[in-house]
Amino acid sequence: VINTIARLAKTCTLRLTVSKLYFILSDKVANGGVSMWCELCQGNFFDEFQMEGVAAEHNEIYLELAPENLSRALKTAQSAKAVKIKLTNKHCPCLRVAVELPSLSSSSRIVTHDIPVGVIPRRLWNDFREPSVPDFDVSIYLPVLKTMKSVVERMKNLSNSIVIEANLSGEMNLKIENDLVSVTTHFKDLGNPPWASEDGYQSSAQDRDLESMAEARIDIKKLQQLLAGQQVNPTKALCNIVSKRIVHFILLHEDVSLQYFIPALA
Amino acid sequence: MPLSAQPPASGEPYALAASLDNARHLSSLLRAVHFQDHATCFATANGLRVTVEDAKCMQANAFIQAEIFQEFAVQEESVTFRINLSVLLDCLTIFGTSSLPGTSTALRMCYRGYGYPLMLFLEEGGVVTVCKINTQEPEELLDFDFCNTKVVNKVILQSEGLREAFAELDMTSEVLQITMSPDKPYFRLSTFGNAGSAHLDYPRDSDLVEAFHCNQTQTNRYKISLLKPSTKALALSCKVSIRTDAQGFLSLQYMIRNEDGQICFVEYYCCPDEDITEAEP
Repeated sequence: VINTIARLAKTCTLRLTVSKLYFILSDKVANGGVSMWCELCQGNFFDEFQMEGVAAEHNEIYLELAPENLSRALKTAQSAKAVKIKLTNKHCPCLRVAVELPSLSSSSRIVTHDIPVGVIPRRLWNDFREPSVPDFDVSIYLPVLKTMKSVVERMKNLSNSIVIEANLSGEMNLKIENDLVSVTTHFKDLGNPPWASEDGYQSSAQDRDLESMAEARIDIKKLQQLLAGQQVNPTKALCNIVSKRIVHFILLHEDVSLQYFIPALA
Repeated sequence: MPLSAQPPASGEPYALAASLDNARHLSSLLRAVHFQDHATCFATANGLRVTVEDAKCMQANAFIQAEIFQEFAVQEESVTFRINLSVLLDCLTIFGTSSLPGTSTALRMCYRGYGYPLMLFLEEGGVVTVCKINTQEPEELLDFDFCNTKVVNKVILQSEGLREAFAELDMTSEVLQITMSPDKPYFRLSTFGNAGSAHLDYPRDSDLVEAFHCNQTQTNRYKISLLKPSTKALALSCKVSIRTDAQGFLSLQYMIRNEDGQICFVEYYCCPDEDITEAEP
């Protein structure tokens, strides 16, 4: 999981609650407008989990960190016997990752990585709220990621931006166009996920003509980064398109859910 | 799955229409001549020839005969256009370059004629990609006038013997010197780089030499930077024929066997380096 996040963001926010961990990137201009929300249940990953938040009513901790640091620390843990992660505050707040490595002698070796983190004060917690599912025009399941990845990688050589369009008949097209060449890849029979209507959520989508396409032009590098980070096929992968505004990707694995928002280019 | 493209509305058939079940048969050959962005495509009833040139003294040609294609139709005597080879290759390999057994990309190529773009329809696993690549005015191509009857020396080698040699060529040397002779050293590749000179000899009775027809001793030098791209063709080939004519022009012909066992050819022609000094013995 950390490797995927590290590919998508240079710094992000880690929110810890009693039951879950969240990796959050909010949509600032510095990120090119993308935002990310990744959620995992601590129970699926940790044998022991203890945390104490700022106060009883707000039993949460928000930290700012560079996922690349955490990713590198965890690389040592590939063949580890045990890994312990602790939040400490020696000279400055750090996430201390202690990796117990197997060794031939009876005493085990412990490698420790201290990853500097920034503690985010409570008054800023509102910046990191869970994004709501946008009022999308079309929601569609993504094609086999391997094929989509290959196509987008090739298209990246030919253009800086890509148009994603899809309709409610399970069709999706990826298009690039410039002076030299235009390339369109057509995916069919993808299926459109049913969204439970929540207070008329679906109203804009329900009255829609099945064939008509919703489209958005996005930065091709951002899409390629997202796809490249998916090493394993997700259990469910879909995207919601708000025509000309934003594309919302939802990738669900057994124990992790990742949402990624890519805004449309002007 | 055959892709049928509708003929243009005017009812006239396409100037060039071709279908290929496995696009790799085309893309791997084109990669062997891909050292410049632009290439000239020349199609006749016999097949397709793609030519790339460099510096007015080197030319590479890839030949894909009509028989390799499942369908190949050319309306006039010949059809010629210039196209961006990098873009063409990106399109042909849109579904990726790794060749998984059992999966292949089917290709249909259509060209309406002068001024029209080249249309490619590629399909793999039910997903279809349509590409429209703009074509340009064909440029005058060099005519090397390498007359097959004026060949002075010719050696045919198994490619595996040359691959290591070419991969390890001393690139600090400006030239590659090729000596071919009925007497020793028979066939010698030499470089003169910063660390010194290196000579690689192939005796005429070596297992790697399939044919040896040398009539006179010739030593010629060629700019190494022009010949380095031929390593790509060498890597794909099983045999290479090396010929020189009376003026020292070099012809390298590579025989390439594709996944289905069909044979195609790639050719490199190169002029000798003009700043020729007396060759070292």
